[in-house]
Amino acid sequence: MSDLLKSYRFREERQSDWQKLDLILTKAENGGVKNLSDEQMLALPRLYRQAVSSLSVARSISLDQNVVTYLESLCTRSYFFVYGARTTLGERMMHFLRNDWPVAVSQSLWTTLLSALFFFGGWALAFFLCLQDMDWFWTFHGHNFLDGRNPDASVEFLKSTIYMDPNDTGDGELAAFSSFLFNNNAQIALFAFALGFAFGIPTAWLLVYNGVMIGSMYAVFWDKGLGYEFTGWLMIHGVTELSAIVLAGAAGFVIGGAVAFPGGRTRLASARVAGQKAATMAMGCVVMLILAAILEGFGRQLINSDIVRYLIAGGTLVFWLVYFYVPRKAPGA
Amino acid sequence: MSPRPVDTTRRPGLSMEAAVQRRARMAEEMRLAKMVRKLVTPEGAAIRLKLANASERAGAFMIDIAIQWAIVIATLFGLNFMANALSPGSSNIAFAFWLVFFFFVRNFYYIFFEIGQRAATPGKRILGLRVAARDGGRLTANSVLARNFIREIEIGLPFQFALMGGDRYGAWMALFGLVWSGVFLLFPIFNKDKMRVGDLIAGTWVIKTPKARLMDDITSSASRPDAASRFAFTQAQAEAYGIHELHVLEDVLRQSTPEIKSQVAARIRAKIDWAPIVGETDLAFLEAYYAALRRRLEQRMLFGERKADKFDVR
Repeated sequence: MSDLLKSYRFREERQSDWQKLDLILTKAENGGVKNLSDEQMLALPRLYRQAVSSLSVARSISLDQNVVTYLESLCTRSYFFVYGARTTLGERMMHFLRNDWPVAVSQSLWTTLLSALFFFGGWALAFFLCLQDMDWFWTFHGHNFLDGRNPDASVEFLKSTIYMDPNDTGDGELAAFSSFLFNNNAQIALFAFALGFAFGIPTAWLLVYNGVMIGSMYAVFWDKGLGYEFTGWLMIHGVTELSAIVLAGAAGFVIGGAVAFPGGRTRLASARVAGQKAATMAMGCVVMLILAAILEGFGRQLINSDIVRYLIAGGTLVFWLVYFYVPRKAPGA
Repeated sequence: MSPRPVDTTRRPGLSMEAAVQRRARMAEEMRLAKMVRKLVTPEGAAIRLKLANASERAGAFMIDIAIQWAIVIATLFGLNFMANALSPGSSNIAFAFWLVFFFFVRNFYYIFFEIGQRAATPGKRILGLRVAARDGGRLTANSVLARNFIREIEIGLPFQFALMGGDRYGAWMALFGLVWSGVFLLFPIFNKDKMRVGDLIAGTWVIKTPKARLMDDITSSASRPDAASRFAFTQAQAEAYGIHELHVLEDVLRQSTPEIKSQVAARIRAKIDWAPIVGETDLAFLEAYYAALRRRLEQRMLFGERKADKFDVR
């Protein structure tokens, strides 16, 4: 029929295929790829290519707004489906643990060292200042420090905070406390990562600050001759927890460095590359902090022997070093 | 719909008022065109992606926040109830679980949804938005992690400074902090791609993917032989309007009330000097005129002439 509009005939011939594609996409979007039959999976690429070419033809011959809008939307949706991610969450997690995370950490060795320098620098500074003059402790912590662990406490009291009576589980109070600490630490770790965007300066401050807090506390115990015992108490989970904080700071510096010194790339491109790596490290920190919280909540309360505490601390240190820094085969190699 | 330079020269038959309206319309089109990004698919076709604007982003975020709070509060009550029912002393354990759960809802709600097939949180889905990689490639899990961990300084930091108060010195510090962190919060308003800091770091942006429905072609009823033979428009009549008016007419036919349709029909009849045929309805006239106008404009388009609107005389 010559009386029909060209654009109308064009649409009439193809619209059943468009609608087929629409149906497949709706199905996939609602229930994932597994909802699709083999037949639909096979038809998808052909229908997609057809829709894309229909769109470019429609733009040049049709003035029907609805058809062009519909095709735009259809092509956008199918583009993201066809070229979208196809891996499952489980596969992604495995890939993260086996490859992404250790690679990201081992590639950021220098920023990790920088971050450790800030953290342990703050620690050492506070430690030596406090040993010389315990008044520094009050400067760092303020006078309204709730916990009784301060320079005025007796040796017996301090000792009692290090060793627990395994029978006294405190009705889950310890579990609540360690989950509170996890929450706090994990949020600080994510902060240290995110603040890296401001050229890493707030990240450095956060690291020094946390180092000072622990260093001054360490000095209190050291001063009372409890250095050995306190180290065991701290390090059973501290190796994991402090490494996580240092790595979170390193992730912040990775971003800060990329934004401040983009090198040959544009600032945007440089931030993007660094952001992916740093986010992987930050995710890893959350994993480490979960492990640390488990060690803290259970290990520290149940194990009261210094030797075993040191063994566990050493074991975790070796584990993390091997996991991050021992070279491995590339996946699929 | 491509942006045209705003033309201020007077055209024949263009009144002052119409010129102002036309200018405003073109400025609006320019503004919308600024939000469109071209993505060339590997097949070589260009898809036009429309970026989500700041208010849509904020709206989606509000919905998500509301959902997060609903989850967190509901589980708090649920756990509390369960703990009390089991044994009175276990509320500490329940609280421990809830704290960890709270952390995960706070930080992983967005990640969980954006890592999935639709790359959108429930709030974004409701508003027809999704996250996409800026380079048009695959949206990686690492990008999703990066853009969401950064949220901590965009929302968390200003919020903390806003809650911080204290003495005079502390208040000034808080104010300074609020202004400083406000830069991160308001970042999306001040760049042309409407990126958050998280988007910038992750190499992503948020685009609109509204679902459109394919409706019947209006000309399908107008080109029935009886209708086509009854309405015979002359070439001059079929050329009275341009593409803009055609699209307005399409909208009128698809969605407006009978009163508006009859008003529009009256104006078109007056403009083209149409003597009504006996028994013609407004709807039939509009559909027939739409078909005639579109036929004429599409013909001209094939020869490379896009008559943008009725003032576009070539």
